[in-house]
Amino acid sequence: MADTVGTEVLTSGDISRALQRIAHEILEKNHGAEGLVLLGIPTRGVPLAARLAGIIAGIEPGWDASGATGELDVTIYRDDLHRRPTRVIGLTRLPDGGIDGATVVLVDDVLYSGRTIRAALDAIADLGRPKAVRLAVLVDRGHRELPIRADYVGKNLPTAADERVTVRLKETDGTDAVIITRAEEQR
Amino acid sequence: MKNYLIKGAQLPGGQVRDLLLEGGAIVQVAAKLTPEAGVKVLDAGGLVVLPGLVDLHTHLREPGREDAETVRTGSRAAAAGGFTAVHAMANTFPVADTAGVVEQVWRLGKDAGYVDVHPVGAVSVGLAGEKLAELAAMAASAARVRVFSDDGKCVADPVLMRRALEYVKGIDGVVAQHAQEPRLTENAQMHEGVVSADVGLAGWPAVAEESIVARDVLLAEHVGSRLHVCHVSTAGSVEIIRWAKGRGIRVTAEVTPHHLLLTDETARTYNPVYKVNPPLRSAADVAAVRAALADGTIDIVATDHAPHPREDKDCEWAAAAFGMTGLETALPIVHELMVETGLLGWEDVARVLSVAPSAIGRVEDQGRPIEAGEPANLTLFDPSARWTVEPGDMETASGNTPVAGRELHGRTVATFLHGKPTVLDGKVVG
Amino acid sequence: MKHLLSAKDLSREQAVLILDMAEQMAATQARQVKKLPTLRGLIVVNLFFEDSTRTRISFETAAKRLSADVINFSPKGSSVSKGESLKDTVLTLGAMHTDAIVVRHYASGAPYTIAHSGWTDASVINAGDGTHQHPTQSLLDAMTMRRHLMGPNPLGQGLDGVNVVIVGDVLHSRVARSGVDLFTTLGAKVTLVAPATLLPVGVETWNCDVSYNLDQALAEVKPDALMMLRVQKERMSAGGGGFFPSPQEYTREYGLDEPRLAALPKRTIVMHPGPMNRGLEITSGAADGLRSVIVEQVANGVAVRMAVLYLTMTGAEGGEA
Repeated sequence: MADTVGTEVLTSGDISRALQRIAHEILEKNHGAEGLVLLGIPTRGVPLAARLAGIIAGIEPGWDASGATGELDVTIYRDDLHRRPTRVIGLTRLPDGGIDGATVVLVDDVLYSGRTIRAALDAIADLGRPKAVRLAVLVDRGHRELPIRADYVGKNLPTAADERVTVRLKETDGTDAVIITRAEEQR
Repeated sequence: MKNYLIKGAQLPGGQVRDLLLEGGAIVQVAAKLTPEAGVKVLDAGGLVVLPGLVDLHTHLREPGREDAETVRTGSRAAAAGGFTAVHAMANTFPVADTAGVVEQVWRLGKDAGYVDVHPVGAVSVGLAGEKLAELAAMAASAARVRVFSDDGKCVADPVLMRRALEYVKGIDGVVAQHAQEPRLTENAQMHEGVVSADVGLAGWPAVAEESIVARDVLLAEHVGSRLHVCHVSTAGSVEIIRWAKGRGIRVTAEVTPHHLLLTDETARTYNPVYKVNPPLRSAADVAAVRAALADGTIDIVATDHAPHPREDKDCEWAAAAFGMTGLETALPIVHELMVETGLLGWEDVARVLSVAPSAIGRVEDQGRPIEAGEPANLTLFDPSARWTVEPGDMETASGNTPVAGRELHGRTVATFLHGKPTVLDGKVVG
Repeated sequence: MKHLLSAKDLSREQAVLILDMAEQMAATQARQVKKLPTLRGLIVVNLFFEDSTRTRISFETAAKRLSADVINFSPKGSSVSKGESLKDTVLTLGAMHTDAIVVRHYASGAPYTIAHSGWTDASVINAGDGTHQHPTQSLLDAMTMRRHLMGPNPLGQGLDGVNVVIVGDVLHSRVARSGVDLFTTLGAKVTLVAPATLLPVGVETWNCDVSYNLDQALAEVKPDALMMLRVQKERMSAGGGGFFPSPQEYTREYGLDEPRLAALPKRTIVMHPGPMNRGLEITSGAADGLRSVIVEQVANGVAVRMAVLYLTMTGAEGGEA
């Protein structure tokens, strides 16, 4: 992978600050950490959820971060399984207490068409009945195809449809960065 | 009938000669002949001239299975492949087990006029393997039957086989045995070995053929009769026949082009076009039958041309019919496998595809030397031609050729039957 | 992966992927809502030319859990010479816009023929063909072994170092053929045990050991998994081939009874593809004992078939397994 191609739109510091802000917004809106469950959507939503949980636990000591986070694989709920190469099904892991009555915050890296979140909502419906479902994303790049919006956004990035937004995280890619690649640079 | 002057053909012995055909016979063979007025000249430069090919093993399907082949379409296919005579197997509906049926087939052959059709008579009534058919009546009929076979089925009963071998002595006939021990091959689908174990198709052991060949050569020795072994397919059968010939037993044997060419590996495709009786064998068996044809242990190549309508092959393997076509592809396959490799020369090809089968079948006007005064049954073959087999373009009415899409080495350019061209410029005449 | 026709066609990576996906599918089956929307709007036909209620129900359950529409079709007539041709049956299904055909056929190679004939665009899944292959059976067997023998987290693993002994009618067994192919692909070592009459000519070229003596094989191999194959009663009579003299002799020589069970290492699991002939190849004590994972095999069958349906029916890119 050519690291030099594209424009870095969020640095490691930007990402940290955005997550800090989102964590505070979640707590503010939820009036504390009570009843919160963070579900990361693989691949990069999972480490983002873990980071958010860590920040929240720092602000609200006594909150059981690991007992309130999980991961939600939405592959089997997708509506584009016939258009793309076969996707590998990932792990779904819920907190031991489940999600019934909880305020579930879905965490993903990029919000684009909204179809992943639609699939996630279907998955959640099969797994329990939360009190509320919220959405936190690091980047909202626009171009929605469904009436879905995020409650917490790290950065709104106006993009063209032929641009690619790549999120890199230390846990999965060794470095933190958000990069926009233009169509002509993707070759 | 027009007279033909064939110019510059290479005889099996290697000499290049001009041949003048007149009134159904070869009248002159010389280094240079000048055409008289009215004689058609055929430039045969670069072509090999062979005595017209004689197939000892053809299924023409008529009467009864005209959906697969008729005497006419099968005869045209034979001519296109360079044949001037074929032996039509007896497993028709009704079975060719009476003088009436063999005469019918013989007449259909005469009417078609592309090759001499010599009917084979059934050994047993209805091919049932129980009671001798009226062999002498068939021999005495207009069809002059000399070859008797239950082909498709084995004469499994040793007593019936002994009686048949003895009985044909009186009519100078030969029993052509389809060697297949029936109990060892119940529901069998393909050669039993590494591939059958893998693909899960019921195995057809080599010993099912070899045990019958062994029994029959001993019976032939005991009663002093002529025995012909159809479509030898295994190395073991070759060994037994070699041993029998060494003892002076009067046994002859044939191999098909497909057993010279293909192995049981083809079954991995589950494509029923490769389903045949006897089955395609291992690579070691293929090597053995090639060597046996080269050293004369196997006397002749016979096609076992077995046409089947599409629906009998367009299905799962187990439901499919046994058999494959071969008349139009036999000579190019023998050329590629045996001549180009140096295993046989053209004189040997003339022997295994014309002279010897005529002798076994007691066909007097075929398989003759290419000399003045001999019948003008000739095949002109272009060894340098290359063509790709397209099942839909063949003369046979059926498409079950195992070499579809394969590039063949050489092509029949012209065939003469008693001086009359049945094939010219690679096309069947008429 | 467009079709699943033979366990032989699977690479180690593909096999591990199927097993991992089967684990994820199994995880969804512990939920209250077991139905997933994955294959909604797609049609799966269970085309069973040979009766097998167990396999059909397993595939039907798997397809329905993934929200596919399931049509069961069992053409009448058990002889190849009777009834509608395979081609016409498959063409008919094509006209109904079938997305996947799950085929059970008494003729070896029938699923292969369907997949390669040009008669249909549907995915073809072999649910057992003649005496050839039964790939989903070997996958569910591998899943069961992996769960028991490969530690607490089987994901990503093969069957490296596992010793499998398969006992019985190997000659007529598609389960044994697919098992030898798949287990060895996954790194296991397989030993086949049977009387020589029930081993195919050519077995010596398979990637496994062969023994005629069960007690000796068990003592030498010390298997981690012992798989008993069903013995068809009709194989015993002279008419069916007379492969062994009597059921009593077969049981004495090749049956899993209490003394043989007791002599097995503690870790050994006992498997059977079903349906069992209790008292012939396996006693009730062995079939129902603590080592038996036979019921688990059935449950894993649904998860494996969900994974296979998912992998063959989704994805824009074709390609045969």
